[in-house]
Amino acid sequence: MSEAVSEPAVSRGKTARAALRLLREPLGAFALVLVVGVIAAAVFADVLASADPSKIAPRDRFMAPGMEHLLGTDQLGRDLFSRVLFGGRIALTVALGSTGVSLLIGVALGLVAGYGPRWLDNLLILLFDAIKSFPTVMLALAFVTLFGPSLTAVVVVVVIVNVPGYARIIRTQTIALKSAEFVTAAQSMGAGTARILRVHILPNVIGPILILASMDIPVVIAIEAGMSFLGLGVRPPTPSWGAILNDGFANIRETVWIVFAGGMPIILTTLGFTFLGEALRDIFDPRLKAR
Amino acid sequence: MNDDPILKVEDVEVTFTVGRIGRRNAILGVAGVSFELRRGETFALVGESGSGKTTLARAVNGLQAISAGAITFEGQRIDGLDRKAMKPLRRRMSMMFQDPVGSLSPRMSVGDIVTEPLRIHGFEGRDLKDEAARLLPLVGLPLEYADRYPHQLSGGQARRVGVARAIALDPVLIIADEPTAGLDVSVQGEVLNLLNELRERLGLAMVIITHNLHVVHHVADRMAVMYLGRFVETGATQAVFGAPAHPYTAALLSANPEPDPDRAQNRISLPAEVPSLLARPAGCEFHTRCPWARDNCRTVAPPRVALEDRSLSCHYPLKPGARPPRRERP
Amino acid sequence: MNVLEINELNVSFATEEGVVHALKDVSFTVPERRVVGVVGESGCGKSTLINAILGLLAKNGRIDGGTILFEAGSDLTRLGPAEMRALRGVRISTVFQDPMGALNPVISVGRQMANVQYRSGRSQAEKMALAAAMLRQVRIPDATAALGRYPHEFSGGMKQRIAIAMALMMEPALLIADEPTTALDATLEVATIELLRELQEKIGCSVLFISHHLGVIAELCDDVVVMYAGEVVERGTTRQVFNDPRHPYTQRLLECDPARQAQRVRRLPTIAGEIPDLRCRPAGCIFAPRCFRRFDACAKAPPEQDIGGGHVARCFLAEQPETAKERT
Repeated sequence: MSEAVSEPAVSRGKTARAALRLLREPLGAFALVLVVGVIAAAVFADVLASADPSKIAPRDRFMAPGMEHLLGTDQLGRDLFSRVLFGGRIALTVALGSTGVSLLIGVALGLVAGYGPRWLDNLLILLFDAIKSFPTVMLALAFVTLFGPSLTAVVVVVVIVNVPGYARIIRTQTIALKSAEFVTAAQSMGAGTARILRVHILPNVIGPILILASMDIPVVIAIEAGMSFLGLGVRPPTPSWGAILNDGFANIRETVWIVFAGGMPIILTTLGFTFLGEALRDIFDPRLKAR
Repeated sequence: MNDDPILKVEDVEVTFTVGRIGRRNAILGVAGVSFELRRGETFALVGESGSGKTTLARAVNGLQAISAGAITFEGQRIDGLDRKAMKPLRRRMSMMFQDPVGSLSPRMSVGDIVTEPLRIHGFEGRDLKDEAARLLPLVGLPLEYADRYPHQLSGGQARRVGVARAIALDPVLIIADEPTAGLDVSVQGEVLNLLNELRERLGLAMVIITHNLHVVHHVADRMAVMYLGRFVETGATQAVFGAPAHPYTAALLSANPEPDPDRAQNRISLPAEVPSLLARPAGCEFHTRCPWARDNCRTVAPPRVALEDRSLSCHYPLKPGARPPRRERP
Repeated sequence: MNVLEINELNVSFATEEGVVHALKDVSFTVPERRVVGVVGESGCGKSTLINAILGLLAKNGRIDGGTILFEAGSDLTRLGPAEMRALRGVRISTVFQDPMGALNPVISVGRQMANVQYRSGRSQAEKMALAAAMLRQVRIPDATAALGRYPHEFSGGMKQRIAIAMALMMEPALLIADEPTTALDATLEVATIELLRELQEKIGCSVLFISHHLGVIAELCDDVVVMYAGEVVERGTTRQVFNDPRHPYTQRLLECDPARQAQRVRRLPTIAGEIPDLRCRPAGCIFAPRCFRRFDACAKAPPEQDIGGGHVARCFLAEQPETAKERT
């Protein structure tokens, strides 16, 4: 062991290397700034908020953005900047939480369906199709009727709706890779099913799903907004981007600033997560990078 | 060190079922073949696509169940073993697959790829970086390659990585499926030299599967020519090359275009295509393409005969330098 | 007359990592009724050459100079997309390694072969009759019935023969065959070569045959062009190049073919080193870094040396055959 320990790039953690590469890419860096910004705003909403988001001040309604109210006020005179910050918490919790859970379940089921025995595949596909054929709104209504409106209801509905899509994509790719030579090679080395799925198949199928998931996050935010509007999700006066946007549409004749306050964060978050998805794909797929 | 065969394949058959429920058909992909392999020996399986050579190799490696016969590896019956029971044996034998790049996991670095067998078999304790540093020079790759990914490698380099992975656990047997497939001529030699060198140094036994007879000539001690899942001729490579006795072997040898424009064209051309395994010809299965076929070849299957330097299945073995009889073009 | 005359062709690709000079000063001719083979290993520029001739270079590819004269008339580098389309499949046709690239899996063979003749002005019945005749020529059994069948119903060898029949349907002046036998078994490979030769003589077309397989080239071709790293290093008749190779790369390449080693050897010859990075070509001879005859002059790029009889090699030592001493 007299040899001096050489320090090749391997010694640095894989995650660290990935993060570095993400920052080196202009699109990735931009996306990361946006996403981190949005998350930070939501996390530190208490500190950043200039007013109580639920405090009604009828005299100050429909104020344009100014020093006191950075984004103006809504029809009840509530400070929109504070509402956007706190709404971000709800939006991100629901979006990240439900997308994360959908991913976990969807990827696991997809791998099992794709790599497992034929009968299990058929059974799972039947299940996915059954869920897909059920209108989302009906599912949401049915769920809320049974368990009452809540944030959890939103998350559960989103998970149920998203899982089949993720699982199907993973399944198709897994089937394509099942007989690839490098998988056969792993079998011939004695690798067990769990290892083949985790080490040899998962890294090759996860890319598109990550992009899809990060692009789904804004969709989930919209679902949350829609459900909140219908009274199936977040109950007033809890702030939510969807609710703000809806307030804006209702009062569009009075002022455009409410729509702006509700829409801007949705657009920025959408862009951030979409770009992040694309940057991640470039990193997770070295073949695309090399061109 | 004893002289028992490392690998013994006895009357192995592999059956596939094809078709839909209701009209299923069983076809014999490998139809009863036997051979033995000793330490330090190289055995070549030669044949065209569909001859069953890859299926046979997969059967030996336990990736394909056999329907009859026995496979013995280091004195232990390995056919019919389940995956768990097979796992410890996989340390002792490794397989190399056809596609140099495609047989490497695309998202793993070269360092991870060559040490993957160690991880699978629970040698996590060993310093895997040291292991990669031990293996890469063995196959003539600089250490920097440990951080590269398969798509960044040329065919020859990828093949070297495949070889490094195959020898990672010091196996006694390597099965190499078309080790020169997809490689440039100038690189083919490198890979074959490497395999030869490792065999001598590590005392490996090798099974090489190939359709390239010139490759066989330079690396194999013994060879078997496969046709429709059977060995039609087996023997010492030199003997078979010097004087092919089975018409199919002779045709294969003559079919290899040589880079010499002045070479006399003594080609034995085979009419007709390879018959389907679903409808094996009666009698000698090669008679539909054999220029020498006579009446009884069409009805009576030739027995397997052991001659002094080979064994073959043919009613009328060729004399050295035999030319095919003239025949009318249909 | 030369069916194809390539002069000082230069092609480069703009990539993220820099400009790749894929072809450099490539010149050779394909005379009428000759079969010209292009040999080279991966990265030698074979595919770029084909795509440049066919006007199918990738978007980031550019012809930096040179001409490709077709039938002593039009310069293919200057033709527009519509004019190229009118040539492709009619005057210049192609056969690729994978016959399924040419055959549409969901259209019957007969209809595809009739579709190829869409510019011919023949009636449907005439087209079908001609298609059947062509299939018979490539020895597809029961040709008339075969017209109604789909590509997957044929074996690999038959599919390639059908692809060849389709390519020759319009009696082109030039057939470009890109590794057409590489995916085939040895016995089919020779049968396909023999067929190709036979049809070429019958139709009287020229063939540009691209292959890495020296044996196939030796067997089929009249002339050979040896390419290395985007340059033509040697060209001449097949006999000249194979029997008396003058460029060290050709010499080594021929030596490496295991088929040339009549005696069993334990160590097969190889060419040490790697193909140079085409983003920054070495200033001198392209093969110099791997060459065993390298000397001071090689720091400058050698011009093509005429050895006589059309035999040309891009090497300063081309006119001095190597000595036995040098080889060891």
